[in-house]
Amino acid sequence: MAATTLSGKTRRPWGLILASTLVLLFLHIPIWVIFLYTFTTDATTFTFPPPGLTTHWWGAALRRTDFWAALWLSIQVASIATAIALVLGTLAAAAVHRSRFFGREVVSLMLLLPLALPGIVTGIALRSTISMYGIPFSFWTIVIGHATFCVVTVYNNALARFRRTGWSQVEASMDLGANGFTTFRHILLPVLGSAMLAGGILAFALSFDEIIVTTFTAGQQQTLPIWIFSQLFRPRDRPITNVVAFFVIIITAFPILFAHRLGARADEHVGGAR
Amino acid sequence: MKSQSTQDIAVVFEQVTRAFGEVKAVDNVDLQIRDGEFFTMLGPSGSGKTTCLRMVAGFDRPTAGEIYLHGVKVTTLPPYERDVNTVFQDYALFPHMTVGENIAYGPMIKKMPKAERQQRVNEMLDLVRLPGYGARKPSQLSGGQRQRVALARALINHPRVLLLDEPLGALDLKLRQEMQIELKNLQQRLGITFVFVTHDQEEALSMSDRIAVFNQGKIEQIGTPAQMYEQPATPFVANFVGTSNMVKGELAKQLTGVDQLYAVRPEKIHLGVLTAPPQPDSYAVAGNVLDVVYLGLYTRYLVQLDTGDLMAVVQQNLETAAVDVHAARGQRVQLQWSRNSMLKLGAK
Repeated sequence: MAATTLSGKTRRPWGLILASTLVLLFLHIPIWVIFLYTFTTDATTFTFPPPGLTTHWWGAALRRTDFWAALWLSIQVASIATAIALVLGTLAAAAVHRSRFFGREVVSLMLLLPLALPGIVTGIALRSTISMYGIPFSFWTIVIGHATFCVVTVYNNALARFRRTGWSQVEASMDLGANGFTTFRHILLPVLGSAMLAGGILAFALSFDEIIVTTFTAGQQQTLPIWIFSQLFRPRDRPITNVVAFFVIIITAFPILFAHRLGARADEHVGGAR
Repeated sequence: MKSQSTQDIAVVFEQVTRAFGEVKAVDNVDLQIRDGEFFTMLGPSGSGKTTCLRMVAGFDRPTAGEIYLHGVKVTTLPPYERDVNTVFQDYALFPHMTVGENIAYGPMIKKMPKAERQQRVNEMLDLVRLPGYGARKPSQLSGGQRQRVALARALINHPRVLLLDEPLGALDLKLRQEMQIELKNLQQRLGITFVFVTHDQEEALSMSDRIAVFNQGKIEQIGTPAQMYEQPATPFVANFVGTSNMVKGELAKQLTGVDQLYAVRPEKIHLGVLTAPPQPDSYAVAGNVLDVVYLGLYTRYLVQLDTGDLMAVVQQNLETAAVDVHAARGQRVQLQWSRNSMLKLGAK
């Protein structure tokens, strides 16, 4: 963070420090506001400072069965979408890395597209396709919707790892007598494992707080983000929404932190061995 | 179908072709590698030598032709069903395993009991002169040490043929020369067949029992290092293994009476004054010295002949008078070489 001047002394770039601090505050203050207002005694409006503090809403939120149902549904959807993403994403990365087939670049682009496309486009496209084939909207349509963009995170992580690892380790393993399955277990899985875990956790977090695509692909089901969204129209229980929102933050933030550290460490590991 | 000499031949290529689309990386190659020899595939990059090695290992399959290992057809067998092991160019050590685990990988896959496995690993570490390194990670080793681990890992299963894909390419010159000697010793001690791929002609000459020179997917010539150097069969070999002066056209006609293609090695030419007496059974031509490069052990002259041809001549600096070699620049000289050292090259 220190700039070196010609004289060799270092000078702190105060302007830069101020700007980064402001941006970080801007990003993080709303989160702490939400945390603060989980304790407010004022049930309907946001007055600052809160007129009083209470832990009533935490108890109330945890007693709401519709909250628990929504949470459970979101966890199920995210888990299954992640599992699908792990299998398809890793296989796709292996194929794109390993073979030179016609349309390889197109496949690569098509895998990346759902992440770049606005959720609303993906949502509308999925909804019309699903209705066109007369498939009833259900738990599984939500899962499929989420899997479309979850595959990308695993695919990207796995592909990056493949590129750094080099195929010769796989060949070395087969050369030493291991067949395809044994090679996968002893060589590919340990090498790809942390990349798959990092990609999987990101996929889980993406799915867990997804709302736009879910709105288009869900039937009567309420995932947690949709439940929160519907709560906004019931201003009496606003602090309950805040409690739940804080839950979502915790559930998604820690895995992302973990995935980030995992990725960084694995990079050192793989990079150092070459 | 391979009958009498099956046990003496380690690797056989029978009209092997490997095409990638239109391009033939390996073009109708016939080859026999004898059991227990140090065989080198030499060629520039893209000449097909590595593809040939990969087809012996089983990483690649011929689009036509057959490959035999010790008399058994292996053309379509996967790598894990072949009795060969490979030392990779980038070593391909497993980064998540220790050195010991890397070396023990082959025996582990073959389900060898743990105690025996450990003993073999120790033997191998001794063999490659890395005793006590078993617990380290590959990332903690130097390039030369990784190279030895890769060697130990490939040798632990006691393969009858060891394949080495430019294994010394990543090492610096000094280390490379040490490893050349070490590899050669190892091969003689173990008595197994080494198939060595390199683009370095010096490396090939110093280590090999026999060399195959590859060019554009085909083998130009197979022979001992001395044969390769003294009797190159094609212009490509004459220039890829060492350097040669090409004698052709007018000059060839003037000297031999026929317009044929010949090669003369620079060190076989004697450079002398115009009045030097002609040697028996030698050719003599006159020219002007264009350039002189003093290189310590020897001096390299570039001479333009009266026919216009350029010839490189190398003379050993046998006398201290060599201090004045640069005085030769611009002088008129006579070049002489024996008829024997003028090599007739095949039409190619």
